[in-house]
Formats: sequence, C-alpha cells, structure tokens
Amino acid sequence: MAQGTKRIMLAGVGGQGILLASRILSAGLIKAGYDVKSSEVHGMAQRGGSVVTQLSYGEKVYSPIVGAGAVDLLITLEKLEALRYVHFLKRNGTLLMNEREIPSLPILTGAVDYPKDIKERLSKYPISLYTIDADQEAEKLGNLRVMNVVLLGAMVKLAGLDDLVDWPSVVAESVKPAYREVNFKAFAAGAALV
Amino acid sequence: MQKIILSGNEAVAEGAYIAGVGLGIGYPGTPSTEIIEVLEKKGGPECAWSINEKVAMEQAYGACVAGLRSLVTMKHVGVNVAADPLFTFAYMGINGGLVIVTADDPGMHSSQNEQDNRWYALHAKVPMLEPSNSQECLDYAALAFDLSERYDVPFFLRMVTRVCHSRSLVEIDTGKVYKRQARDYERNVSKFVTLPAHARARRVILEENLAKLSKDTEARAVNTMEITDQDVGIITSGASYNYVKEAFGDRYSVLKLGLVYPFDQEIIRDFARQVKKIYVVEELDPYLEFNVRAMGIECEGKKYISPFFELNQQVVATSLARAGLEPLEELDPAAKEPAPDVPVRPPILCAGCPHRAFFYLARREKATVVGDIGCYTLGAAPPLDGIDVSACMGGGYSIALGLSINPPEGKKIFGVVGDSTFYHSGITGAIDAIYNKRDIIPVVLDNRITAMTGHQQNPGTGQTMSGDATFMQEPERIFMAVGYDRVLEVNAFDLKGIRDAIREAKETQDRVALVIKSPCRLIKGVKKGPLMEVDTEVCSKCKSCLRLGCPAISLGDEEYPVIDPLSCTGCGVCEQLCKKEAIRVKDQEVSR
Repeated sequence: MAQGTKRIMLAGVGGQGILLASRILSAGLIKAGYDVKSSEVHGMAQRGGSVVTQLSYGEKVYSPIVGAGAVDLLITLEKLEALRYVHFLKRNGTLLMNEREIPSLPILTGAVDYPKDIKERLSKYPISLYTIDADQEAEKLGNLRVMNVVLLGAMVKLAGLDDLVDWPSVVAESVKPAYREVNFKAFAAGAALV
Repeated sequence: MQKIILSGNEAVAEGAYIAGVGLGIGYPGTPSTEIIEVLEKKGGPECAWSINEKVAMEQAYGACVAGLRSLVTMKHVGVNVAADPLFTFAYMGINGGLVIVTADDPGMHSSQNEQDNRWYALHAKVPMLEPSNSQECLDYAALAFDLSERYDVPFFLRMVTRVCHSRSLVEIDTGKVYKRQARDYERNVSKFVTLPAHARARRVILEENLAKLSKDTEARAVNTMEITDQDVGIITSGASYNYVKEAFGDRYSVLKLGLVYPFDQEIIRDFARQVKKIYVVEELDPYLEFNVRAMGIECEGKKYISPFFELNQQVVATSLARAGLEPLEELDPAAKEPAPDVPVRPPILCAGCPHRAFFYLARREKATVVGDIGCYTLGAAPPLDGIDVSACMGGGYSIALGLSINPPEGKKIFGVVGDSTFYHSGITGAIDAIYNKRDIIPVVLDNRITAMTGHQQNPGTGQTMSGDATFMQEPERIFMAVGYDRVLEVNAFDLKGIRDAIREAKETQDRVALVIKSPCRLIKGVKKGPLMEVDTEVCSKCKSCLRLGCPAISLGDEEYPVIDPLSCTGCGVCEQLCKKEAIRVKDQEVSR
C-alpha cells in the first residue's frame, strides 16, 4: 500500500513454471533499479495444487505479500485460477488469463463440472481482462514448457515495463544456454499478443 | 559488496557461511529445508541431513562442544521433537556458537499446526532473533553466532514462511572466502555434565548471562525506534513489521524488535514514554503483548488483530481501522468476496505416485489406517479416502498402538509411514508393538527418498546429503531384527500383490510388517512405463478407474474416461484395476 508500489500476482497449477516466470520478472525489475520483494509457495501445495507467487516493486517495498483487493496485475496460467483469485485485484486492475484449462481432482472424478462460463463471469468485474493462448504459442515454437515465458512477455508489455531493461538478456541469464533461443522467441511472441 | 536477490533461507545459509560455521545440520521440513541445502552447495562446512530433529540438535550441540560453530535447522514442529535436549543445552551453555533455526508456518501452508515458537525462547530461556527480510536473515544469522559465543548461550533464529520463502535484495560480499571458526576444546565437567548439583549452578549462570545479553549494545541495535508520531506507537517484530510499514508508512511511531528474547525492557519503556497509546501488531499468539503488559505498560493488540492465520498489510490496516488508525490507502477491491462456486484444487498425489495403489486398496479392504506426515498424507483426500487418523512424524505407528487397545470393529490397525519417517521416529513404535504385543500392522511406503520436502537423501537411499555412498538401510531387515516373523514386500504398482498382502496381514497370527516399494516417479532417472489408453469399444463406463484419483485420468466425452498422454507415467495401476480390460498399453507412435 506504500505509494507507488506495484503489486503483481501469478497463479496457476503446480508444475506450470510460475517460479521461473516470477524470478525472471524480478531479475529485470532489479536491473532497472527497483526494490523488489516476492513470495513463493513450496512444499505440499506444489503437488498439483493451486500455486501462487506474489511480487511487489517500487522505490521501497516492505511486504512480499499482498492481500485480497490490492493487486494491480494478476496473471493466471490457467482459467479456473483466474476465477479463484480475481477478487485479489484492485478495482480497475488488470487480469491476464491464459486460455488453458486444467481440471482439478473433483472435476477429473466427475463430482463437479469445469465451469463453462469463466470469461463471461470475469467480464462482470470492474477490471481490464486480457486473454491469450500461451500454450498454443509455445506449441508453435515447438516447446510446451516455454508457455510461462510467453505469458511473461505479455505481462511485461501490459505492465508497461517492456522498455525498462533489455529483457532478452535478463531471460538469457535465467535459463540454460540450450533453451535461450526458444525462450527469446516465447517472450517476443507473448509481447506481440497484447 | 554486491546487491543480489536471495530468499530468506538462502540468506541464512550465507550468514552462517560468513560466520565460519563448521556444521550445518537439520531434518527437512517446509519452510526450513533450503538452508542446509544451500550451505552444502557452497562447500566448506560439514553438512548433513540427520534422521530427526532431536538427533540433529544433539549433533549440533556436540560439534559446538568440540569448538565448532554449529547451525541446526528445522520446521516449527521439529522443535517439539528436539525440545528435550534444547532446554538443558540452555543451562549448559556452549563452546563454539550454536544457532537453531525454527521455521514457523503461520497459516499452515505446509504444516499440521501453526504453533508460535517464540514461546520456546521464553520457555527454554534461549535468546531469539527474529528477522523480517533476507538482509536481516543474513545479518542476524552471523550476529547470532557472535552473541552465542559472547554470552555462552545457544541462540534461536525464528523465521516464518513469508521470511523463508520471500525473496528480497541483500548486500553481500559474494567473494568472501570460507574460513572455519573454531575454539579449542576444554574439558569442563561442571559445565557439560548436568548432574543436579552442576545444573543448579548453571541455572544461575544462565540467568546472569541473559541479563548481560539484554544490555549488549550490538544485540540491542537490532531493536529500533522510528518516532514519527507522539500519539500512536506500534510495537512489532519480524514479518509483521513489513505489514505495519506497508499499511501505515511513517504515519505512526514504530518500535521494531529484532531481539524478541530476552526482552529489551529499556527500549520498550523509552518507547512508552514517547507515545501516548501503544498497539502491538504480531502474527499468531500475543507473545509481545503478554511481555509488554507484564512490564506494567498498557497496550492493545489481540483485541483488534486476529490470533490465528497469517497477517498481511490489508489485514493489519482493516483490523486497526477499528481502533481508529488510518491506513495510507483505502482498499478499493474489484470484488468484496471471492467468486462463488469455484471448484477446489487441492494438492494431490502425482500421476504414477507409488503411494496411490496402497491407499486405494486399503479403503477397498475396509482397513483402519493411521497415517503420518509426508506426501502420503494426501492418501486421505477423496476419492482415495484411505486414512483414518494422522497427526505427526512417527505417529503413524504409535497412535496405531493405542487404537489397537480398543480396535474399531475389532480389526487390526494398519500404521502407515514413509521411508524417511520410518527412520525419523517410526522404528520406536514398531519395536513398542513387539514389546507390548500390540496387534498392529506396520507399513512402510518406501519410495526411496524424502519426497514432500523436495527429494532429500535419507538412511534408506544409500547416499549422504552430498551424494557419497553410504550403508543403505532396509526396513525389511530392521523389522526382522526387532522381532517380526515376516515382512511382506510388495511392488507399489502390483495391485494384486498389495491386496493379497493386506488380506494376509489381517488374517495371520504371525507378526508381519508390510513394505510397499517403488521409487518416487519424480526422482531423476526413474523410468516411465508404457503409456496407457482407454478402449471406448470395451469400456463399460463403470468409472472404477476414476476412483484412483489419478490426475492423468479424467471423464471425457460421453462419460468415457480419458488418459492424458502428457501426464500418464505408465504405472499400470489403472490397467490392472479395469475388470473389462478396457485400459491397455497404447500403440506408441510418439517416442516419450
């Protein structure tokens, strides 16, 4: 809540690559001279459960976490998670949602249905909603795993941070040399989607 | 000096490294695990995973008696396991510095309770530093070693999940070369042998040392006052300080306590003189509030702030708004409530998890199961629904012993632990069962690794923490050595084998134990089986396969189950389960 501090939250399913996306983002923000604090979830929650990372940046940041109603930009790597965490956004906040659907256990076993009207329900909130199919972009690039970096590219653009630093070099420092090229492309593809 | 981003856990390891720690030891437990792992990777100090927190604590103490600076880490409930020696070590004092990390988990992200371990400091008379960010983690870890040696006391470093697993900038000399700090060993029986006569003398010395410590300039320097308002002052510490600053900025005066035991009464009195009204903001119990009130100073805290779950700046702002405090920003949320009717997404056993088949069959066979702490606690979740009781490390056997005295429906009780848990504190219950002739069936779900905390080695893996080959324990041999007649060893994916073993164990008069074995599918190099698929021509839509709760199997079009080729690991359990033989190996065109 300290003035000028921006709050970003990433949500998805364990194994989707949230930690890497969040770490690349914070590396870029630090390079640009911001104070950054972020919070990750480890342990039991990672076993296919809902996973959240929060990141705040500004001149001086104290808290690594954000409560409901105070997030500026929410990125969800999965649709159901968008619905689960939309109330974390501020009024007029931005939601970037990946079109991917991953059924959770009650859905897998047929106890409940995967909600069909997620986009419609989200459109009723006082927020700016962007949806992209990051998995499809990643597939086009021949590596499904770079879906997180596609979203990162879109997120950086939406947050107005694209000119902040040389993002390709930040990405390069965060991934293994063999995967640099595909991650550069993924980042650029994501930025071009929004 | 360089500025880099580190997690709190990484920063503690760096601080200990800079302090020349000679031993880093612990038992894995979220959120503490990475500290020892990071320290081990840096190279230099001796690092190890111990079999449990008590053994880790005692080893660390032994190393400190021998003159080394020692770091021992555990999660909050681990301190309960190590509490016996802890209280006495405080009397005995140290030789090399001894720092104990307690990693608490407010909100129970990955724990069975949210006990507030600040009370351990007060109770065991062990001084405690509480960092609020990664820089303080590094600084306080190093400071704790100095103070420990200066005042002849062990030291606590109290972390919480949001400090351990938060990342923030740290100023650090990354080129610093490791230099082991060590003191000479001096035999000192009156100090290190706690005969009652010796302990009585040490008891007095401890009080004197604590009194001296509470006046130490360097120790007191971590307690800081920010006087910006004469009317309202907030006393806080650790993670809660961050929330106070985000909520109120410089609007009110703040006293931040870095040393939460022994209590720095001088600075608290000074603060109380400078502000008219005091509020205490702290997560979980009213530990600070209790201590401030005990000094005769009026304050309010838990009257407004929740005594349970995690805090954050919004919770602090909203809570203290009721006391008339004004936050920097008014909350303007996109929605007042979470969206209704969102299907839950609980953590589940992975596709191909070797624990799945046992829990599935235990439920089918109507077994009463006492579980334990690990990935396999997830065997309790529907649709597996395979656990009746589960509480703590080792309880898988020991609680079962108690149940067997008045067994529900007269049945034998199955006690279930994992491999690491077996060595941690399962063995004792297994021996008690023989000694007291309790009719339980001890089961080890042996997946050859400490899985939940991120794959740490344990006595059953044949490797030390650093990957050196060592003796490989086997639960079968231990069971036989302590008096079991037979051990039924079954492959974790052999449905018929497990069912037969459960039935045999229930019926036989022999003392039997079960070992259900197969490595965790997430261990590098563990081979996948052939991909499975559902033949819709044969499938009768009975949905039996869905009762496995496998994330690779879902209900698809026209109510036919579908197997996701990306997540299926080919464990074959669903194939064995399907009575119609509708699940079979897929023709593999694509290489995996």
